[in-house]
Amino acid sequence: MALLEMTNVVSFYGLIQVLRGVSLRVENGEIVCLLGSNGAGKSTTMKTILGIVRPREGAISFKGELIDRLPTSAVVSRGISTVPESRRIFPRLSVEENLEIGAYVRGVGLHRLRPQLDHVYSLFPRLKERRRQAGGTLSGGEQQMLAIGRALMVQPKLVLMDEPSMGLSPVLVDQIFEIIQSINQGGTSILLVEQNARMALSIAGRGYVMQTGRIVAEGTGQELLHSEEIRTAYLGE
Amino acid sequence: MSPTAFFQQLVNGLTLGGMYALVALGYTMVYGIIQLINFAHGEVFMVGAFLGLLALSFAAQLGLEGVAFTLCLAFLVSMVLTSLVGMAIEHVAYRPLRQSPRITLLLSAVGMSIFLQNLVMLIRSRDLQPFPRIITGGVNIQGVILDYIQILIAVASLVLMLALDLFVNRTRLGQAMRAIAQDMEAAQMMGIDISHVIRLTFMVGSGLAAAGGIMSGLYYGGIKFDMGFIVGIKAFSAAVLGGIGSIRGAMLGGFVLGLCETLLVAFLSAAGVTEAFAYKDVIAFAILILVLILKPSGLMGERIVEKV
Repeated sequence: MALLEMTNVVSFYGLIQVLRGVSLRVENGEIVCLLGSNGAGKSTTMKTILGIVRPREGAISFKGELIDRLPTSAVVSRGISTVPESRRIFPRLSVEENLEIGAYVRGVGLHRLRPQLDHVYSLFPRLKERRRQAGGTLSGGEQQMLAIGRALMVQPKLVLMDEPSMGLSPVLVDQIFEIIQSINQGGTSILLVEQNARMALSIAGRGYVMQTGRIVAEGTGQELLHSEEIRTAYLGE
Repeated sequence: MSPTAFFQQLVNGLTLGGMYALVALGYTMVYGIIQLINFAHGEVFMVGAFLGLLALSFAAQLGLEGVAFTLCLAFLVSMVLTSLVGMAIEHVAYRPLRQSPRITLLLSAVGMSIFLQNLVMLIRSRDLQPFPRIITGGVNIQGVILDYIQILIAVASLVLMLALDLFVNRTRLGQAMRAIAQDMEAAQMMGIDISHVIRLTFMVGSGLAAAGGIMSGLYYGGIKFDMGFIVGIKAFSAAVLGGIGSIRGAMLGGFVLGLCETLLVAFLSAAGVTEAFAYKDVIAFAILILVLILKPSGLMGERIVEKV
């Protein structure tokens, strides 16, 4: 049984059909990447999984349970969290409050989040140093770490990451990808949306390519990296 | 102006400021979370006063005794019922328009304001309703008279504001409220139930306005269906003065506005201006205009806002 399975999902954004029958799956412990040009429907796929955009047709199941009619809060509490596009840190909440908000659906008192906070701080010592600082005062790389740390606060089974390398310097991108791999080695599955296709495919077990709301190719990271069509269409060669 | 007169006006200004602040909080909280100037909020204040009066009359009919007890009861009943009214307003007038342009919500708010005024006028009366003066007397400190009602208003408004501040800054729901105000979509992605928190914001803001309404009734001895209009605009000015969207700003703005109004009238009067009292609304709105021109983000505003 796949961890996450989308079957023929159709979604609209207002009157515009964005997803035209998307099927994909993420197995336990996998890193799966979702590639495609701007407007292909990658972010909408994520929002549909989260229940922010409701699918018109098709089914989404998580750990064997249908989740496509659940509110976002229920989806998140079942173990799917998000690292949103362009980070979306709460700029005037402190670093620690940003992390606490990540665990909002757990509903436990703030003091009981301590172990999880300590875990995130051990992954990102930088965040601990800055825990009293407003999120908006962090640098781009630190904000990305905060966004990832925030997503880990619910102890997710699956993290949806939307363009985590966007706007970061090459050194930071390498760092972020190392972090993603180490989170994955801890047993968390990752669905990675990336423009940086080469980088994403190098760490992903499998990948899907989207075009105008459809999956047009799928394969292992290596297969996609070496596929002639993908290279010309998405890797810019 | 003699020092005694000055201190007397200071006390009066702080009392008025406490009431403004309680109402201003509702404007600023709602604005912070959905960028709406809730023009029906003044009417919520008025409804709170009427529900307080209703509760006091019931208590009297039931023969309940003890000023402190009946007063607490009136505050409790009115604040709870008014928060439900606030919830209903949000549900009927704003929720269906969540995706609409802000100007549509604004018009809906104006409509709701007219509706509530007329509703209370029709089911109650168009005349001033006497409010029982159950708190009388005061203490004289070296010529400055502190009415007990003024002490009550000051203490009660400070306690409520402190409670609100703790709620917003120290609880998970308060944290969620601030997160939504900063980035609604990201908050939604974290699994925060946006509708739930917006509803709660309206309820809290309305409850505080209800407390202000009862205080106003107790202080002035009468309430009227259109009392919310001018207080609403004043409290809105206070919220803008403090920096709309900022909770502590609204508290500060309320007190600053109350003090300015009272003290400037007193100075004008001392300077020999006849009927100086008539200028108090002019002062409040002059402050609003000056803030909008000179520092639109207000005293404690975090950014310049340009929506609506």
